[in-house]
Amino acid sequence: MNKTDVLIIGAGPTGLFCAHQLGIIGLSCEIVDNLDKAGGQCIELYPDKPIYDIPAVPECTGEELTNNLLQQIKPFNVKFHLNERVEHLKKTESRWHVKTSGGVEFDVAAIVIAGGVGSFEPRKFPVKECEKFEGNSLFYSIKDKSIFKDKTISIFGGGDSALDWAIELSNTSKVNLIHRRDGFSGADSSVQKVKELNDQGKLNLYTKFQLDSVMGDKNIELVKIKHDEGEIKEFKSDYVLGFFGLIMQLGPILDWGLNIDKKTVQVNTENFETNVQGIFAIGDICSYPGKLKLILSGFHEGALAARGCFKYAKPDEKLRFEFTTTSKAAQERLGIKK
Amino acid sequence: MAKITYHTHDNKTYTIDVQKGLTVMEGAVQNDIPGIDADCGGGMACATCQVYVKEEWLDKLPAKEDGEEDMLDMAFEPKNNSRLSCQLIVSDELDGLEVSIPSKQG
Ligand SMILES: Cc1cc2nc3c(=O)[nH]c(=O)nc-3n(C[C@H](O)[C@H](O)[C@H](O)COP(=O)(O)OP(=O)(O)OC[C@H]3O[C@@H](n4cnc5c(N)ncnc54)[C@H](O)[C@@H]3O)c2cc1C
Ligand code: FES
Repeated sequence: MNKTDVLIIGAGPTGLFCAHQLGIIGLSCEIVDNLDKAGGQCIELYPDKPIYDIPAVPECTGEELTNNLLQQIKPFNVKFHLNERVEHLKKTESRWHVKTSGGVEFDVAAIVIAGGVGSFEPRKFPVKECEKFEGNSLFYSIKDKSIFKDKTISIFGGGDSALDWAIELSNTSKVNLIHRRDGFSGADSSVQKVKELNDQGKLNLYTKFQLDSVMGDKNIELVKIKHDEGEIKEFKSDYVLGFFGLIMQLGPILDWGLNIDKKTVQVNTENFETNVQGIFAIGDICSYPGKLKLILSGFHEGALAARGCFKYAKPDEKLRFEFTTTSKAAQERLGIKK
Repeated sequence: MAKITYHTHDNKTYTIDVQKGLTVMEGAVQNDIPGIDADCGGGMACATCQVYVKEEWLDKLPAKEDGEEDMLDMAFEPKNNSRLSCQLIVSDELDGLEVSIPSKQG
């Protein structure tokens, strides 16, 4: 059981900055994120794209912003729990008991939801029967590539993941690569390589095809694909892999008794607390009249939510307003030596 | 204003006057037309604002910008007449446009 003052759900820019604000006022926190790295949308959707509207930062990329935020919270030694999705919240007297998908547990005084548009999860095939095979012969990511040796694999997608795996697995498996159009979004060099392998007969490339159906008893045995013009092809396949990027799913957040409106959580603008006492929501996930889905708004919301958490974490103390420029306490917390 | 008609998956039809300058995505979201999630808020980064454009309109729409087709690879059941509604900016030329919203966005 991890015991800390505040649990932050989501390591996007808003969650990261809120950790800073908690640290400054002397509260401890830990952060959980479903992704394998911090940064939320900035790192997952646009690491290389420039952002021009972070106050006092004329230009930085999504990745630079994330790295700077991580640098800024370094003094507080915040513990991250990545690859974990927060599933359950339970109130126990005056504190909260929280549990993640991987069974990590927390005992906290308050919770800040900085969950963006939800946790990032792999996008799935639209074909219904796929669910049945998910995890045994149909995957959206690869954990153990040795299971594919000498098997027939059908890979769907046109981005880097699909291309890279098609190239790599073609060494040891029979690979079919299926994509909905002739163009690819993956790197040109990989596209070139895939075409070469196709010409050499080391891989079968099918473009303008999409998955039509999968068949099999316990495991997938047969795959049918359909051309834009209606032609159906079918072939034997032991495994199916789909690489369609990530989608954001609100998921468990819907079950926590919060007031939800159009995939966002309603908050008051005084301290960004939700309708449930001790649970705050900030960033893209919160809504209130005038909400702007901008990073700068998320920073403001995080600063206020952090202060809102104080009375739950230290019910017997009063929070004094201070500037980091002049506050001895804040500077000590930042580890500044004079 | 331009009239945009949205057909939802459950066979309902909404015809809305959408202000010029807004996107077809915003026209739907602001008028509570279900089925367009627009998770990334118009950043061309999520493909959850996919619509199917009525065939006769396909050639009349502004061409896809770089990246829209790549993003459509990720969409739920993309078709040849798929577009990202956040990339369609409403103008006089779009008056009368009809789009269908897929059963799901992901
Ligand atoms: C292409 C693009 C360009 C943009 N450009 C700008 C710009 O120029 N300026 C600007 O201000 N904004 C911009 N934005 C918007 C900005 O990225 C978002 O407003 C910002 O990322 C919101 O931050 P957040 O911390 O609230 O949420 P997010 O960044 O969405 O992070 C939320 C995190 O929470 C995690 N999470 C959710 N639920 C759970 C759970 N149950 N358990 C564990 N983890 C969970 C998710 O995995 C995710 O990592 C842009 C967005 C896009 C897509
Ligand atoms: S709203 Fe995300 S791509 Fe259109």
